[in-house]
Amino acid sequence: MLGELFVLFLKVGLISFGGGYAVIALIQREITEKGWVTAGQFQELVALAGMAPGSIATNTATLIGYSQMGVIGGIVSTIGIILPSLLIVILFTAFFLRMKSNTWVRSSFYGLRPIITGLIIYAAIHFGIGSTNGSWVSWSAAGMILICVASLIAVLKYKIHPFAVILLSAVGGIVLF
Amino acid sequence: MKARNKDHFNVLMQLFIIFFKLGPSTFGGGYAMIAAIEREIVNKKAWLEPDEIGDMVSVAGSAPGGVAVNSAAFVGYKLAGVAGAAVAVFAITLPTFLIVLILSILGMLFKDVPKVEAALKGVHAAVVALIIVAAVKIGKASIMDIPTLLIASGCVVLLLFTPLHSLYLILGGPVAGVSIIAVKRVLGLSAQTEKKVKDQQADLNYLEYYI
Repeated sequence: MLGELFVLFLKVGLISFGGGYAVIALIQREITEKGWVTAGQFQELVALAGMAPGSIATNTATLIGYSQMGVIGGIVSTIGIILPSLLIVILFTAFFLRMKSNTWVRSSFYGLRPIITGLIIYAAIHFGIGSTNGSWVSWSAAGMILICVASLIAVLKYKIHPFAVILLSAVGGIVLF
Repeated sequence: MKARNKDHFNVLMQLFIIFFKLGPSTFGGGYAMIAAIEREIVNKKAWLEPDEIGDMVSVAGSAPGGVAVNSAAFVGYKLAGVAGAAVAVFAITLPTFLIVLILSILGMLFKDVPKVEAALKGVHAAVVALIIVAAVKIGKASIMDIPTLLIASGCVVLLLFTPLHSLYLILGGPVAGVSIIAVKRVLGLSAQTEKKVKDQQADLNYLEYYI
């Protein structure tokens, strides 16, 4: 199990281009396929991960590891997801900086960036639809949509710090649900 | 030799202390970290040259993983090689790890309290909003012409309607990028691969919080 956790998050870490959000849907797919947590539990874990500083993907990995195998599971999963970043940054620092202006490298990122955008859009759709548990006409769904829209306006229009938005929405949740 | 070992050890210690302190401040998001690193590493310690921060941003942004962790790895590696990178990454991860652990324990203790569940539901909705914000911001930097728009929308359609694993999309992206630029060159069209820096700067303030 520890080995499985490590390998799973090593894979996730290796392709977590663009940081945390792009791989959330991937993590969910992998671990619900394995039957480790249900979709509902996963959503709670991600919400919890959102309340801590740092990358949401890394925090989610820590939480999943912890929920499966305690502190050791948390440590192993965290190392798994971070290790590829560490190694690739070292490689990039040693070699990539010299190839930064290389056309191949630039064209690759030209194609990769829209893919990352697509992955994040998908994560939003997936995570958003999951939050209503299928029924759109309910008090719960209406409340979720309300908080989501209010958060969007707060961050995009009023430039409120994302962490403040997280805290306010926790209060919002307590009031509404 | 002994003296050098001691120096090396000192640098590692200082890296640990600096990045351990910076860890919790990633509450400001990955890119707020960069300003903090600049202050500590360039201004106070003079360990890196100001123009090396540009290299740091480009390496940290293009490698997989979070910008904060990647920046730590970059600085650590520049100063003290592989050991330095490992120490810096460990130091920046440790505080967050402990916070997550505490949250997790609290979460499990109180998970059946209805109001805690309600709070988490609220946070869940806000996280959805933050994901949308991240998509909008990264989209602004990445979707610059029709091919990139097609790649992004094709990617969403494939994810929604086929069981395709995102790994193949991530591998396919660079292939598509290289092919499109090559075709454009052959056709004699202008082949810009990045948006002008000026356009991007405006979006960097909050770009991808949590990344």
